Amino acid sequence: MKTSFKLNGKQVQVETAPDATLLWTLRDTLQMTGTKFGCGVSLCGACTVHLDGMAVRACVTSISMVAGRSVTTIEGLAEKELHPLQEAWIEEQVPQCGYCQSGQIMQAAALLQANPRPNREQIVSHMNGVLCRCGTYVRIVKAIESAASKSEKQ
Amino acid sequence: MKTEETTAAGSTITRRRFIATAGSLGIVITAGSFVPKFLMAKDGEEIAIDPQQITAWVKLDKDGRLTIYNPAAEMGQGSMTALAVIIAEELDADWKLVHIENAPVIPETYGMQWSGKLGGPMITAGSRTIRGYYSNLRQAGAQARYILMYNAAQKWGVPISSLKTEPGEVVNRDNNKRMTFGEIVAFAKIPDAIPQIAEKDMKRPENFRLIGKVLPRFDVPLKVDGSAQFGMDIQVPGMVYGAITRSPVFGSTPTLLNENEVRETEGLVDIVPLDHGIGVVANTFEQALKAKRKLQIKWSDGAKAEKFDSEMVYADYHNMVHDDSLKGKELLNTGDAANAIKSAHKTYDWEYRNDFLYHARMEPMNAVVSVAADGKTAEAWAGTQAPDADQSAIAEVLKIDPSKVMFHNCYLGGGFGGRQVEFSAEAAVLSNKVRRPVKLVWTREDDLQYGSYRPISLQRMQAGVDQKGNLLGWRHYIAGPDQRLQGGAVPMAYYKIPNQYVELRLTDHGVRTVYWRSVSHGPNKFAQEAFLDEIAFDQKIDPYQYRRRMMLELPRHLTILDKVATMCNWTTAPAKGRARGIACSDYGGSYTAGVVEISLDRQSGKIRVHHVWAAFDAGVVIQPDNAIAQMEGGIVMGISSVLNESITFKNGKVQQSNFHDYPILRMADAPESIEISQIPSSAPPTSMGELSLPLMGGAIANAFLKLTGKPLRHMPFTGEKVLAVLEG
Repeated sequence: MKTSFKLNGKQVQVETAPDATLLWTLRDTLQMTGTKFGCGVSLCGACTVHLDGMAVRACVTSISMVAGRSVTTIEGLAEKELHPLQEAWIEEQVPQCGYCQSGQIMQAAALLQANPRPNREQIVSHMNGVLCRCGTYVRIVKAIESAASKSEKQ
Repeated sequence: MKTEETTAAGSTITRRRFIATAGSLGIVITAGSFVPKFLMAKDGEEIAIDPQQITAWVKLDKDGRLTIYNPAAEMGQGSMTALAVIIAEELDADWKLVHIENAPVIPETYGMQWSGKLGGPMITAGSRTIRGYYSNLRQAGAQARYILMYNAAQKWGVPISSLKTEPGEVVNRDNNKRMTFGEIVAFAKIPDAIPQIAEKDMKRPENFRLIGKVLPRFDVPLKVDGSAQFGMDIQVPGMVYGAITRSPVFGSTPTLLNENEVRETEGLVDIVPLDHGIGVVANTFEQALKAKRKLQIKWSDGAKAEKFDSEMVYADYHNMVHDDSLKGKELLNTGDAANAIKSAHKTYDWEYRNDFLYHARMEPMNAVVSVAADGKTAEAWAGTQAPDADQSAIAEVLKIDPSKVMFHNCYLGGGFGGRQVEFSAEAAVLSNKVRRPVKLVWTREDDLQYGSYRPISLQRMQAGVDQKGNLLGWRHYIAGPDQRLQGGAVPMAYYKIPNQYVELRLTDHGVRTVYWRSVSHGPNKFAQEAFLDEIAFDQKIDPYQYRRRMMLELPRHLTILDKVATMCNWTTAPAKGRARGIACSDYGGSYTAGVVEISLDRQSGKIRVHHVWAAFDAGVVIQPDNAIAQMEGGIVMGISSVLNESITFKNGKVQQSNFHDYPILRMADAPESIEISQIPSSAPPTSMGELSLPLMGGAIANAFLKLTGKPLRHMPFTGEKVLAVLEG
């Protein structure tokens, strides 16, 4: 089955099985490996990408659902060099093993898009679906708060 | 910071030769004697080097760029950067010009320190990396600096003693003439002899420019833009995908019942029987999963594990630790604990339990192995804690020499103990069968149900005290299935306790167990610290003061304990409905004390940890912010394991399958704040990665005891168990 959609701003067409998921299409067919496989059933959030600006789990998003729509992955998040969240992630030295961090950043970016100045409670509630085994949660919250306050100043 | 070259953790120098690029200088060090030699390369020349004798720690380019080779697995603990900092410090490198690459898999040179010298296995485990490489890498950096100064001295015709270095430059003290390290590459020659640099000629800690300063980690930028290459991300031309269904009861062997049906799966390349499972290889991973789901397998009977029920086993353990006719392995015996307890004013005797735990690394196990068409060589990529062991395991599968396997270690999406070998060996079997590159991926369910777990245990704690509550004797019996994982964490160097006896009584259930972050410390420190608090509680002594009393003659430990008490305002009561608990621990020569502040939802039994404070002494700390990150991470993983995590077996089968029934801590349940304080020290560095986690069992149980007057003695402290304790 051929599917066309926009990936990180560019039109792409892929040939896959009809029931292929966005996750494995991104990773294996399109070789965009920043989006991670963690659980396969939408429990960990490591595969979080944006579908028309909304955070979705690529592991349970079938390729047919993205036809004609716009997908953004960690590779395409930044318009220029780095997204303010990526800068904040470096500033706070958030990642440890780093495997979940693409998903964390994509989930956080969707939040800031909808709510540029979230409070702590809103951050935690929005981010709760993305697991981190290294235990970087405290730094993730700091990084989101820092990115939000910096964009407000600009 | 992002460039093509920095995106992969893979090595660029090979086991067989060091490819000297145009105008670059490898400062190479002979294994064993650590005598550095120069390697000068003319444009385009390749210099063949005997792999048994020579390898490189650093490579210097004309433009001053310095490549430092990282011998350890980078799994989030940050040692990739910290090890480079150690070399760069003594070399007096300009940190802006430092680039880090993974070392090739040559254990003779890059292996862990083993009886004082490098050259042990290339294993990243036991929080040994920094303490194990520190003195050797300082020496390597100092010798590299000597070589540069030697060459500058020759060039200028001055004695080497008239020179000094500043970051990235050699400087003549007399006339302030300067030469960058990069400039030296153009004319550098091999000195006849390289001295062993004496400790007194190395930098004094107060002059450190890089060690102990906050430097950003090398790998962090690659982990925020998706470019870091984990084993899972490796793509090789012509690659196909593998998946395996493994024994649901460890030790049972498979018979495939529907081979023809499975072969009809679209994209299937082959079916590969293994001793412990059936593998399928297909053109895409999703096709491999479809084939895997179709597998109908009959499993053999008779495996040792098949009658194992982990909930029931605690009754056996209880009997084991109360049966005076049994004698296990003695772990500690000072004075006469039995008599001291017998003649004590008051005695205590309680049991503490710990369920099996799963690692739950976010990146499931995987490996890419590409066996050559003739089966005589292979190339492999995986994230492993022990690349040389993976390399050997692949070689063993192929019946070839390990030198014929080119192994590339990748970033690990979590290590936490025991991430090594078996996925590489499996991928080698699959690739050997199909003679194409195979990426083997374990699903989350595979990873969880065929895990190797932190073992179950029961601990019987006995103590006798005098009229003031002072400990007179202490006995600790541990029952469980694995001596290497349960017999540690016994001494409490930070408490003065007379008459101690500790014994391990072993049994075997035939299930898989392996190192899990902090190993014995998680369960054993929980038992020690919770038991101490229960005694203090009964004696109506403040638990901080009770510990303090046992530390009065141990100033190093008292400093840590007092520090954390100050940090959390121990003497000031927390808000209503909250309570604090304190605990101490150690790991690999480092010491820590921590306090948690909790609240309790009495309807659900859910414990919430709001704040954590910890102080630690780990000697010289190379990367202070990263050390703090390790403390934070251990605390969060510790809370997760203490409150939520449990693997149970019924009829030998693991009952959990994914994150819905093996819940690891989510952000909403993480502490609102974690405050860490490092006690300054100039002692050699000791361990960081596993130091804070063991605090959590004791500290949380102790806060609960303070809050409710009831002890928690069975980890994890799930809502259900907490309610039972409250009602009991």
